[in-house]
Amino acid sequence: MEPSALPWLLGLATLLPLASFFFLLLFGPRLGKAFGHGAHIATGAIVAAGVLSFVALLVWLGHHFPGGGEHPAAELGRVTSGEQDPAHAATAGLSEPGSRAVGGAGEAGSAASNSPAGHMHRPPVYYAGDYYTLGVFGRLRLSIGYYIDSLTICMFCLVTLIASCIHFYSLGYMHDEQHEVTDQEVTLRDGSHLKRRGRPAVFFQYMSLFCFSMLGLVLAGNIAMVFVFWELVGICSYFLIGFYIERRSACHAANKAFIVNRIGDFGMMIGLMVLWCGLGTFAFGDVQRADAGGTKRLEQGIFSLVRSGADHSLRVPDGLVRLSARDEVARIVRGLGPQASAEQVEQAIAAQVETWRNGGPDGQGPRFGYGLLVLAGIGIFCGCVGKSAQFPLHVWLPDAMEGPTPVSALVHSATMVAAGVYLVGRFFPVFTPEVLLVIALVGCITLFMAATIAITATDIKRVLAYSTVSQLGYMMLALGVGGWVAGLLHLVTHAFFKSLLFLCSGSVIHAVHTNEMTEMGGLRKKMPITALTMLVGCLAIAGISIPFVIGFSGYYSKDRILEQACSFMLYEGNRSFVASLLFYAAAGGAMITAFYMFRLWYLTFAGKPRNPHRYEHAHESPLVMTVPLVVLAVFATGVAWQPFGGQSRLSNLSVVGLLEQSRPLGTLADAASPALGMTWPNEHFAHAPEQHEAIVKPVTWLATLTAWAGIGLATVIYCLGYIQAAEVRRQFEALYQFLLHKWWFDELYDVLFVRPTHAVARWAAAVDRHWIDGLIDGLARWTSGLAAIWDRMADQWLVDGSVNRFASGVYGVGVWLRRVQTGRLRQYVMFVAIGALAVFVFISFFWGSSWAG
Amino acid sequence: MTPCFGQITVAHYLAVGAVLFVAGIACMMTKRNALGVLMGVELVLNGANVNFVAFGSDYLRPQSLGLDGHLMALFVIVLAAAEAAVALAIVLNFYNSRASIDVDRADHLKG
Repeated sequence: MEPSALPWLLGLATLLPLASFFFLLLFGPRLGKAFGHGAHIATGAIVAAGVLSFVALLVWLGHHFPGGGEHPAAELGRVTSGEQDPAHAATAGLSEPGSRAVGGAGEAGSAASNSPAGHMHRPPVYYAGDYYTLGVFGRLRLSIGYYIDSLTICMFCLVTLIASCIHFYSLGYMHDEQHEVTDQEVTLRDGSHLKRRGRPAVFFQYMSLFCFSMLGLVLAGNIAMVFVFWELVGICSYFLIGFYIERRSACHAANKAFIVNRIGDFGMMIGLMVLWCGLGTFAFGDVQRADAGGTKRLEQGIFSLVRSGADHSLRVPDGLVRLSARDEVARIVRGLGPQASAEQVEQAIAAQVETWRNGGPDGQGPRFGYGLLVLAGIGIFCGCVGKSAQFPLHVWLPDAMEGPTPVSALVHSATMVAAGVYLVGRFFPVFTPEVLLVIALVGCITLFMAATIAITATDIKRVLAYSTVSQLGYMMLALGVGGWVAGLLHLVTHAFFKSLLFLCSGSVIHAVHTNEMTEMGGLRKKMPITALTMLVGCLAIAGISIPFVIGFSGYYSKDRILEQACSFMLYEGNRSFVASLLFYAAAGGAMITAFYMFRLWYLTFAGKPRNPHRYEHAHESPLVMTVPLVVLAVFATGVAWQPFGGQSRLSNLSVVGLLEQSRPLGTLADAASPALGMTWPNEHFAHAPEQHEAIVKPVTWLATLTAWAGIGLATVIYCLGYIQAAEVRRQFEALYQFLLHKWWFDELYDVLFVRPTHAVARWAAAVDRHWIDGLIDGLARWTSGLAAIWDRMADQWLVDGSVNRFASGVYGVGVWLRRVQTGRLRQYVMFVAIGALAVFVFISFFWGSSWAG
Repeated sequence: MTPCFGQITVAHYLAVGAVLFVAGIACMMTKRNALGVLMGVELVLNGANVNFVAFGSDYLRPQSLGLDGHLMALFVIVLAAAEAAVALAIVLNFYNSRASIDVDRADHLKG
């Protein structure tokens, strides 16, 4: 198949779950057992979408095999010179659906090889275009577009594969919903538990809608569309967290998730507005479009507008510069006077743009537009902070565990919360170094904070939730220090092992009917498959390996993150406190990760049963639940492997190779920020052979040792029992309380935001009740009195009176006339005769000649 | 020849028809017996018939109605027969319910 089929393959894969959603919405409750109450339809749709995604992957590999010819080492260097690539627009599709996306990979490739500098970053290959144009309002074009590169395809395969596994798993996990459910967590006023009808169709309906939204988010070709799908996944998350709507805690958690996400989205909207005001476009990639005259024009997308500098370095786009320097523009216009033509004004402004951009001729003045670009980046990142549960908006994710466990696995660990990381990765070219530093710091704080909280949590799902927050922090940190592939590789590997871990925890919860790890223990004998697969997940998330030989997937991604953080630190020459902090927090976080994951595993599966009653009733889950576990365990083990150890051309056939293909513009060169005095290393710096001794070797050993140390500590405390956890707790009572209360974040937000909001709300309600309601009530009373008077005057007297009088008149005439009807036949005859006579007489006397004509 | 006994003209017929008509009307107005009323009706119809026949005769007027007059008369006869049949049926039913054919007692349709 041609690459032009890609938009249609992926578009269809996106729409299949939507079709399933609408089908279940309309007919779901009426589907019987034959369709598993709608579950089979949703599962079929997502599996079909998965098949389409993998077909798309094959099509992609057939045309753009990863790593074709470019050698990372050749692209190294801190030099940022080089010619600007004239043909960096890889491909473009026309705006009409049905047109072929023009494959321009060859063109782009040749441009790269012609580049004399050698370290030219080859632009990523992508297909961008519009399925449908919703409308064009002046400069603003709203369209349903697509942007397909290897990252899109990776995400499609990832989302559909995990979602398929989870759909199958849900068939078993949500089996109870097929008949009447007794909710043990809802106690009614009479002390009994709530009994309700099961709603399997509703669950799968939302799952389908979620899959559609997530795939649409990944496929989206412009940031406006991303925003729409962003909100769609948000609302799906809201529905699914609140699936057990009768539980008060589920209601609150759903509201919390939704509201906290809105805060982030507010920032995202600001970012969108800045981008649109400055750039006049929402599109990511360059799109070739025929204008009204029929000539084809290349419409630049956000990425190439921002990365227009030499060697795709960051260059503030003209639009942002002009927007920022509007006072200067006004001065020029005034200076030229009213007689100047539009072209003259335009020329005068265009001549100045470069000076404004660079901060005056001497570079000392204000650099117009740069602040706006930073603002746009921070704004977009705000949205990602909300969605990916980063500090300070991380509070919603642990509460979101109120939803059913498959939802936690799919939505709140593997895919939706990764959408924030995905968007940071997608938007990477737009982020200035200052924004990257913010991203890195936020990620660093998040990863450390969440990891520490996970140590004290006893709810098995909450441990995993904080682990998710922490791992998302890792990804943000990686992206923030310039590790684009590292961050997104961790996204992929994390998606697999975290969905695996969640499904395992779901399997345990399904067996023992509690989330509390203090009630579990010793379950490995009862649930061997679950215990084993969860062990794989724990090893994967801890990043266990035989260094430099082979390891679980987490080893590869976490190592890359640490290496990038380390090279960032080395670039600063160990001088920068911040850079060192980033690295050591990440390394320390790795140890804590290993510790709390194995604490979880030991508490659940090892030792003696703490609750014999629950232990007795535990059993291994049915096959429909364990098979997805095994599948995910396989992927969690090997998804990051590179065939032939990175030595052969075929070794590019891996997630890393694929991700390298869509490496954003400009990330292979070092990015310097004069304002911060820091330089961001390019990602290949750490992997250069000469850096092996300085970076790769120590970092790998450090990661391995910290992981083993964490596991060892967990083993000592929770498995062997050499140290009593309770004693440690007593020893560090203050710290324990601090961690147990999640760093007091909920309480802090309660005091800072919730209570003031309630106070304002109460005050507003009082004003409403006393003043506004009083005014309205008075007006209403006055109006109704007026109406009563008017009613008497006009309606009763005039309208009703006249009608009644007319009616009684007609009635009287009728009564009078009825006396004619005597009932006597002879009288009638007489009337007829007299009448005829009268007519005759009348005609004889009065029908004069004038009448007769 | 006196006008009365001379040539018979249309006017003579009209006079007879008028007498019949008035007699019929008087009969309808005065008779309490339903059959008497019916007879009055027949008289009225036949009074009219005499007029039609007179106007239709070629012997009495040069520009007569011709066959139209005769046809009209025949039509009225048929009509009278039908009417008599219907009226007699009504009278019979009335008699069955009241054991009387006094039209003055048939005042159910009184307003």
